[in-house]
Amino acid sequence: MSEVVSNHYLDDLLKTYPQHSTSALPWLSQLRTEAVDRVNALKMPTTRDEEWRFTDISPLTEVPCQPAQTMAQLQPAEIKHHYLQEAATRLVFIDGQYAPALSAISNESGIVVGNLSTLLTSYSAKIAPHLGRYVSFNDNIFAALNAAFLHDGAVIIVPRDTSIAPPIHLLFIATQKEVTSYPRCLIIAEPGSQVTVVEDYIARHEEPYVTNSVTEVSVADNAHVNHIRLQRDSRQAFHVANCTATLAHAGNFQSINVALGARISRCNLNIQLASEGAECTVNGLALIKKQQLADTHTFIDHIKPNGTSRQLHKCIVDGAAHAVFNGKIMVRPNAQQTDSSQTSRNLLLTGQAQVNTKPQLEIFADDVKCAHGATVGQLDPEEIFYLKSRGLSELAARNLLTYAFGAEIIDRIPVISVKNQLEKAVLEYTQSLES
Amino acid sequence: MINQNSKPLLEVQGLHATVNGVAILKGIDLTINYGEIHAIMGVNGSGKSTFAKVLAGHAAYQVTAGNVLFDGKDLLALAPEQRARTGVFLAFQYPIEIPGVANSQFLRLAYNTVQTQRGKDELDPLEFDDFVREKMKLLEMNPDFLDRSVNEGFSGGEKKRNEILQMALLEPRLNILDETDSGLDIDALRIVANGVNQITNNDNATILVTHYQRLLNYIVPDYVHVMESGRIVKTGGKELALELETRGYDWISAENSATEGAVL
Repeated sequence: MSEVVSNHYLDDLLKTYPQHSTSALPWLSQLRTEAVDRVNALKMPTTRDEEWRFTDISPLTEVPCQPAQTMAQLQPAEIKHHYLQEAATRLVFIDGQYAPALSAISNESGIVVGNLSTLLTSYSAKIAPHLGRYVSFNDNIFAALNAAFLHDGAVIIVPRDTSIAPPIHLLFIATQKEVTSYPRCLIIAEPGSQVTVVEDYIARHEEPYVTNSVTEVSVADNAHVNHIRLQRDSRQAFHVANCTATLAHAGNFQSINVALGARISRCNLNIQLASEGAECTVNGLALIKKQQLADTHTFIDHIKPNGTSRQLHKCIVDGAAHAVFNGKIMVRPNAQQTDSSQTSRNLLLTGQAQVNTKPQLEIFADDVKCAHGATVGQLDPEEIFYLKSRGLSELAARNLLTYAFGAEIIDRIPVISVKNQLEKAVLEYTQSLES
Repeated sequence: MINQNSKPLLEVQGLHATVNGVAILKGIDLTINYGEIHAIMGVNGSGKSTFAKVLAGHAAYQVTAGNVLFDGKDLLALAPEQRARTGVFLAFQYPIEIPGVANSQFLRLAYNTVQTQRGKDELDPLEFDDFVREKMKLLEMNPDFLDRSVNEGFSGGEKKRNEILQMALLEPRLNILDETDSGLDIDALRIVANGVNQITNNDNATILVTHYQRLLNYIVPDYVHVMESGRIVKTGGKELALELETRGYDWISAENSATEGAVL
């Protein structure tokens, strides 16, 4: 994890950056140039950086960093089982590249949805104020890399006072090993609009690769966005995600973040309650085993008065896996009448399983209601005995209790088919546990 | 009901048990025949709840001496789940809550596990739904109990009704009710007792562990045993409970130590 190694990695990475890809749009060219400058200036984080204390990301630099050079040809029949039956719109990206043949777009109610490079020409004026504006890459090497490689992505613009009932499925499929993809999502919910987006990462192999994603969400006045993020990458993969949502007056952001895959995953979720009366709910579940590491950093920033935030983050850790949760809640001097609660609950299934949880409250206003707490524990012997006394075997009892622990988050997912898929995934996880 | 011809279901002989090395049960002898209802009474700390948990196989209690035969077979050799499947049921004093698991799922899982072990067919969700709703009527339970998480947010009375519902579903041969009356108001007590009375018959037997006589107004025992310091120190008919209600437990202690003194 020496700096020498890290900088070689970044140098190699920048060689792959397509120099000729200057966009016809000056603002976009400028964004990329700034990002390239930051990549040149920044170093890969090490465990000496406070923000990366528990997560040694250096193994990521062992994976070649080039984006996929060719696009795998997938037939719809091969991936259909990953589709969400409720979704009318589905954008499919294969190893980071948009796959129009596998995608389906419904422009119901005037919603603008599609891939960035297609929409840029017609919607440049709508996209420019948001793209690259919320996830800052100034001191974030992964966000800078994503912006430097920015060429395509998913864009959703929900017009004013429009409610889109069917969820929008953004499906990112990894098919190639030893490549890096740079997914980018932009969700713009205009005033009074409502939308549900499922950002879904899956793999068709169990090989190493890197996913470095950026998601930006703008929730305008009285808009309501449900964002479900499912990370189901290969167990050899590295997944770094930077997601920022910014909420205007009485904006509502409901986030559910599930991490099942990846050898090492890191999700930075920032939510800015930038105007009065904004409200967010942040639910998280990490379900990991063997040598996996899942790191979630959240930052909920109460900037203006009368904001509400609710957070429940759960980790189920088996084998020698390692979960990290760092949940910071900031209540700025202006943010009077803030109502905030945060809970981190962690279930360790073995003696080798590890969790580092750090709820952090920073309050600079004097008239607020804030609660937080963290628990780390094992399955309760009294609960196991109760189930055994009803005829369940030790293993069945442990599985049921583990399942129940995760189900509390999964039950909150507003898309039935996602809920069913995850319930199945949790059942498979618990059934694979050793007795 | 006492029936001279009925076989013994449970035979407890010289049962001693410890928890964390501390002796709690110090020689219990008790025989329960099919069809009978036995009340076990005593002050807090006399060992009556421990006795119930030892019979159900709680791992925190070590049996250090004695035997327990269930229908003639060694009960203590069985794991808790095997005891449940063979027909021992403990209604918990403090039933646990399982957020995230619907009561209907849990009840069906327990029912089907036990049915399979008994060589009977499982019920699918629809069949089970009909079956459980019928049983819920016994306990005047609102059907929305099925959709709620197991015991989560249930009142004390609702939890106890849910315990008796499980008892009704699993059809055990030995019903052990550990302080089922505690925390119940009079209406809930009447409903729970009524449910128990409909379950008890000549093919099973019941142990009521209780501190108070109140429950015994509704479920009439054939025998009342008084425990003290890990032993059964007095056995009588249902009138013994009434006597305890008026006189308290002290006179038994006094009588008991007098007897011991006489022996010495």
